[in-house]
Amino acid sequence: MTIEIKTQSVEPLRHTFSNVARRQGADKSASRYLEAMFDLQPTVNFHYKPQWDPDHDLYDTGRTAIVMEDWYAFRDPRQFYYGAWTTTRAKQQDVAERNYAFVEKRALLDLVPEETRKVAEAAFVPLRHAEYAANLNNMYICAYGYGTAITQAASFNAVDRLGIAQYLSRIGLMLDGNTSESLDAAKQAWLENEAWQPLRQLCEELMATKDWFELYVAQNFALDGLLYPLVYERIDGELQRHAGSTISMLNEFMSEWYGETSRWVDATLKTAAGESDANKVQLEQWARQYIDRAAQALTPVAAQVFGTDAQSVIAELREDLTNRAGKKAGLEL
Amino acid sequence: MAAKRLSLREKYQKFTRDLAWEPSYQDKANIFPQTEFEGIHIHDWDKWEDPFRLTVDAYWKYQAEKERKLYAIIDAFSQNNGQFNVSDARYVNALKLFLQGVSPLEYAAHRGFAMAGRQFSGVGPQVACQMQSIDELRHVQTQIHTISQYNKFFNGFHDWNHMHQRVWYLSVPKSFFEDAMSAGPFEFVTAISFSFEYVLTNLLFMPFMSGAAYNGDMATVTFGFSAQSDESRHMTLGLEVIKFMLEQDERNVPIVQKWIDKWFWRGYRLLTLVSMMMDYMLPKRVMSWKEAWEMYFEENGGALFEDLSRYGIRMPKYWDVSVKEKERLSHEAWSIFYNYDHAAAFHSWLPEESEMEWLSAKYPDTFDKYYRPRYEYWRSLQEKGERWYNSTLPMLCQLCQIPMAFTEPDDPTQICYRSSEYNGDKYHFCSDGCKDIFDDEPEKYVQSWLPVHQIYQGNCGGASVPEVLEWYHLVDGQDNKEFLDSQDRANWNRWKGESDSDTDQPVKAAVND
Amino acid sequence: MANNNVFIALQNNEEARPIIEAIEQDNAEARVEYAPAMVKIDAPGRIVVRRASVEELIGRDWDPQELHVNLISLSGNIDEDEDEFVLHRGD
Repeated sequence: MTIEIKTQSVEPLRHTFSNVARRQGADKSASRYLEAMFDLQPTVNFHYKPQWDPDHDLYDTGRTAIVMEDWYAFRDPRQFYYGAWTTTRAKQQDVAERNYAFVEKRALLDLVPEETRKVAEAAFVPLRHAEYAANLNNMYICAYGYGTAITQAASFNAVDRLGIAQYLSRIGLMLDGNTSESLDAAKQAWLENEAWQPLRQLCEELMATKDWFELYVAQNFALDGLLYPLVYERIDGELQRHAGSTISMLNEFMSEWYGETSRWVDATLKTAAGESDANKVQLEQWARQYIDRAAQALTPVAAQVFGTDAQSVIAELREDLTNRAGKKAGLEL
Repeated sequence: MAAKRLSLREKYQKFTRDLAWEPSYQDKANIFPQTEFEGIHIHDWDKWEDPFRLTVDAYWKYQAEKERKLYAIIDAFSQNNGQFNVSDARYVNALKLFLQGVSPLEYAAHRGFAMAGRQFSGVGPQVACQMQSIDELRHVQTQIHTISQYNKFFNGFHDWNHMHQRVWYLSVPKSFFEDAMSAGPFEFVTAISFSFEYVLTNLLFMPFMSGAAYNGDMATVTFGFSAQSDESRHMTLGLEVIKFMLEQDERNVPIVQKWIDKWFWRGYRLLTLVSMMMDYMLPKRVMSWKEAWEMYFEENGGALFEDLSRYGIRMPKYWDVSVKEKERLSHEAWSIFYNYDHAAAFHSWLPEESEMEWLSAKYPDTFDKYYRPRYEYWRSLQEKGERWYNSTLPMLCQLCQIPMAFTEPDDPTQICYRSSEYNGDKYHFCSDGCKDIFDDEPEKYVQSWLPVHQIYQGNCGGASVPEVLEWYHLVDGQDNKEFLDSQDRANWNRWKGESDSDTDQPVKAAVND
Repeated sequence: MANNNVFIALQNNEEARPIIEAIEQDNAEARVEYAPAMVKIDAPGRIVVRRASVEELIGRDWDPQELHVNLISLSGNIDEDEDEFVLHRGD
């Protein structure tokens, strides 16, 4: 038996919006990422100068030293728009939730030696404050940056960082049996313990940094570029020797997140550096300056776990990051 | 170990505000430089009450669930050419106005709440504003993705953001939001979260989305309702911000009252566009503007301000004028667009007889007396082939930027003119509400980018209508003018197989059987 | 025009149905109105959505935060915890 389905096909008048067609060079259908990213931010005919910054327009290219002919030259390799971002994170969240439940239900942390738990607590939990700083810094980039291509990805990053701060808080609560003693101790350490002061000082400095692209390089490239490998690879690796994979399971979200986010950071730097020599020189100067600062700030953090080997661990991570900058972003540091 | 269970409140407290610390290496004012200049006094950020306690993991989970449902419908809608199921091609013009006028505001809210979420020095409001910031990005993006399908088959949508920054009537919503964003964080959230979201947004979304449902536009219903589920969080933020400021210091009360007065009026004027959408642009109507205003402002708003009276807050100034105007607002607005539709990126039309009857019934005191005769006269011109377009550029209100066509609060036959002098120049306003706002901050509002002035100053591509339209990217004969003569209508009739004796427009779209 | 009504509006769908039913059970003065694709519930002073009542109706665990997925609008002050979601006027 054959069934004949009669369909009426109707030719569309156009295949995408005019601004997207202009950017694509043709009226052809565009991805959801592009249609809902290109040109979202107004660029002209602003009504009022901001009372909080009367020297600039509401959206202004003059809030950074980086100069671009077209701020939509930037692309997020992940092609995140809100829907793509949130469904990706929900899947990761689901995995994290299962991991946490698994560790909790089988009381796996009880099997980890007391000494190792102490080290984990001291190394991980105070970082929730550093993540909070990263949250504010990326919100700053979203608020005062230029062009939706970068600013929307920064807003996702900001919320990711709040989420990571909350995962670190959960790890603390699991370690202290929901008394929140570890969170209180971590805050005390963050505020007073010498090992954390250089990092806290750097975080506070970044929270007061005005040039949003400088902040991008400092936070998302230099600081994260040393901190994540240090904490979620090196320190995690060290703990694995005593704790098995229990703590790594709790950190899985963070290490996966870092791998994914680095691709966006590298692509952003590469595009900006490729635009002009002036940009490249500026980015290299910032990258050098903040890698120095971050390395210095993280050395005492590393020393909590690696003792006198901390210097060489940090030196290795610096070298990796410098290589990454050259290979992925075209920056010679 | 015996793990005790933290309550939602305790857990949320640990997961948000406990993350912050008192800086000691930097002056706090370098980190949060905007918390004081508006004159709002905050003594204890910890008194902030978080109404919703959504941690990021829960946020991802619920939002992703909403997104999956929504995009499944958007996909089905385009696969099934759902755009052909709407009641009538006229309906699509409401969506054009939405994409050109409202979606860009969602984007502005995304950036504005990012600013507020970065600037407040308390973590409670920071987090609430940050979540709202990305919610607003969600709204603009889901709207673009939904309406993308309409753009493929109808005119007027194709360069919405270019138009938003240039076309005369779109400076009304654009200036509204830029006004809020160029103020400090406290005024911004009072303006957007409280006055707009909490007091007025129901008037935008509830009738719009019910209207979409009545008119067969299931894609819009879905994105609208899906967005509204976030909106409830946003409205609650608005109420919390107000209560927080009022409870922190009594010196805040007059400032907040002034902002409520200003932003009520600003928001109400913006909703003029919604009033005509409800009464004229929906082929199947849900309720009249007047009924909506009574239900959502007079009743719910009344209860709200009753509630706030214990802080010394009263109803916003000129709310009584909004009540007087409810019988005419939509009619006066539609007449403006009928007059100037040659320069607008959507179509206008005269109501059909059955629609006139509906309007008479809904507006028994005004419609037959003032507006029906005008429409009947315009219809007689149209029948003679002399459809009326006004070629004189209108005078705009310096503040709300709507053409000066509103009438005196107590006399619907008299156009309302107000003016102020500032630095030797004279500025014009449509109402006492707009004049008061100007008089309070003239140095701000003299900056307004007024589309008509800009045309006269030669900043809009030229002095003639064709030059200006080209600068707008508005395709003459496609995006603009009378619906009856439109390509949209001709296409629609062809697609639907309906007779189309009185149009013989060249049709770009082809139908293949 | 003074009144102290609160309201909650939900999508009219399968997931919201038991929530609406629970609200009707637990709020004797609630007035339920059906509009296209939407249900609006008004009540004087207070509306409570109880976790236990919804769980009873759906036979599984239910977190009051799930309400967000089908929520359209509301009016009133909010108080939310593990066991209930309350809308009220005044303190």
